[in-house]
Amino acid sequence: MIIKRVLVTAFVSLWSIFVLMPLLWALVTSFKSPAAVENGATYIPFLEFQPELTGWSNIFGGGGATTNLIPPLMNSIVVTLCAALISLALGTITSYGLSRYLYKAGFIKNQDIIFFFISQRIMPPIVLSFPFFLMLKALGLLDTRSGLVLVSIAGLMPIVVWLMVDFFNGIPKELDEMAMLEGYSPFEVFGRVILPLAAPGLTVAGMFAVIFGWNDFFYPLILTFGQVVTLPVAIVSLNATITPYWTLSAAAIFAILPLIAFAFAIERFLSKGSLSGAVR
Amino acid sequence: MLDIQGVSASFNGEVFLKDITLQAEPGHIYVLLGRTGAGKSSLMRAVGGLLPLDAGTIHFAGEDITQKPVWKRDAALVYQQFINYPNKTVRANVEFPLRKLKLSRVELNLRVDTYLKKVGLFDFANRRPSQLSGGQQQRVALARSLARQSKILMLDEPLMNLDFKLREQLREEFLDLVSVGSQAVTFYATTEITEAMMLGYQVVVMHEGSILQIGSPSEVFESPRNTLVAQIVNDPPMTLIQARVTEGNFVLGSDLTIPLPVHLRNLGDGEYTFGIRANDLVPAVDSAASESCSIQFVEVSGSETVLYVTSPSGEMVVQLEGIHDFSAGGKIELEISAERLFAFDHLGDLLIAPGIGVK
Repeated sequence: MIIKRVLVTAFVSLWSIFVLMPLLWALVTSFKSPAAVENGATYIPFLEFQPELTGWSNIFGGGGATTNLIPPLMNSIVVTLCAALISLALGTITSYGLSRYLYKAGFIKNQDIIFFFISQRIMPPIVLSFPFFLMLKALGLLDTRSGLVLVSIAGLMPIVVWLMVDFFNGIPKELDEMAMLEGYSPFEVFGRVILPLAAPGLTVAGMFAVIFGWNDFFYPLILTFGQVVTLPVAIVSLNATITPYWTLSAAAIFAILPLIAFAFAIERFLSKGSLSGAVR
Repeated sequence: MLDIQGVSASFNGEVFLKDITLQAEPGHIYVLLGRTGAGKSSLMRAVGGLLPLDAGTIHFAGEDITQKPVWKRDAALVYQQFINYPNKTVRANVEFPLRKLKLSRVELNLRVDTYLKKVGLFDFANRRPSQLSGGQQQRVALARSLARQSKILMLDEPLMNLDFKLREQLREEFLDLVSVGSQAVTFYATTEITEAMMLGYQVVVMHEGSILQIGSPSEVFESPRNTLVAQIVNDPPMTLIQARVTEGNFVLGSDLTIPLPVHLRNLGDGEYTFGIRANDLVPAVDSAASESCSIQFVEVSGSETVLYVTSPSGEMVVQLEGIHDFSAGGKIELEISAERLFAFDHLGDLLIAPGIGVK
């Protein structure tokens, strides 16, 4: 028993080091001066090196730098939030339908439709890049936020459907029936009975949608050219040969800060609500 | 009046209801009696609009409601599982269906209070269903269904998932709650004949999606239309034996011959199926009308002993008052009370019932 705990603790500690070290490294480096970076591995500010804000001011166009990550940040926030919210709304309704009603079109049934959604995630993005490019071009949406939102929804909705179908399946169908017998139409049942119960699932699905949307790199890379560059694309385009390490580090940390803030904001919703008691 | 005419329902080739025709009057309890899978729940779901029909019509108070959507039907259903809104308090659970009735705030609160008091949960109004016992959860469901004062009230084996003692207690309570002053057409599904006897104004005996017999509790008990009904309305099941009538005698197997009792005197010679209730088979004291049986299985429940025995003429079930020291593998001489025999023809339809005689 004790041995097991020791092993588990050791493993978790080791794992944490692997995960946290690069972050710590980037964080420390982002506050270093050119001289401090060249001096080798030092980690403790004020003791081992004198922290500076050069890297941080560089990414906001300070100190004569050409880089400013604020517009990409705004692009990322707008595109991610819009895409995540729309995916969540559409995906939730879709999932509820797939969970409660039977669809049949020839040999295509509910399971096939669900698999169709998931297959969008299984497929490598490159497969769809060309069609997406042509479609956005035809619509005049290349290099626009709306275009990116559209493409992003195609990637995020499968995640929502995948999570929510399972979640809705866990809510007894009898609850829907009962509410209907009590005089509530199907849409009222969905909105007033089922959605409140699905809040924990919605939170998880929303979280995944935001994380995946935020980190999406490939489509923004090929579908935008400069007008609506998103944060991941902007960071990659910081050429490592001319951009100093401290600036790159600051940019990397900057890119994950919104996600961390988001995670803290929704944390309390994750455990809220419970289905226990619906059925004995 | 609720008028169900020729209703059939199936899904994916599985038949749930076969040509159901039934009329039900407001203010009475109709007990749907049958084994699991007999179509009791399906019939209720059809009345509620939850089960699409293949054929037939349902009229209520003269109006054709066959195609009426569920949420406009004004039917209430209490499920066998304790279904309540898990995220709402007990009070909010009872209140939820009432919000659709456009009552004033005062009226609504009054109605909720009244029904919470009726089911004895007024002091638990702010709890959530998961914080209540099974019996209390089912009371919440009942209060929610009653408070709406629906024209059609359906209870689908509401006591099934409760333990024996609580079931007996709640049965009486529920009977009072659903019957006193009720103007609703009430359906109550159960597998238990005792429940049917106690609750029913009319008992509707169902089997494999069909209605076998409709009648008052005593009617279906004393004159079951056929052997199937006889099996369903008797617990333990009625023993069925094949026997001959020859020249005014009842002949069982090769060795047992007794004169026909009075009520069977009109039976002509031939083969019949005879039914005898488990409590009409008694250990023989000194009688010619006895069969030697070997005991297969002994079941003691409450103050009764039920024996499952094999006789030369087939399986028999015997119910004895009191607790007896029989054990499987033993022998017992059984006396057949000929005056209590039911006679069925070769199709299983009832020919003669012994009537409500003194045992």
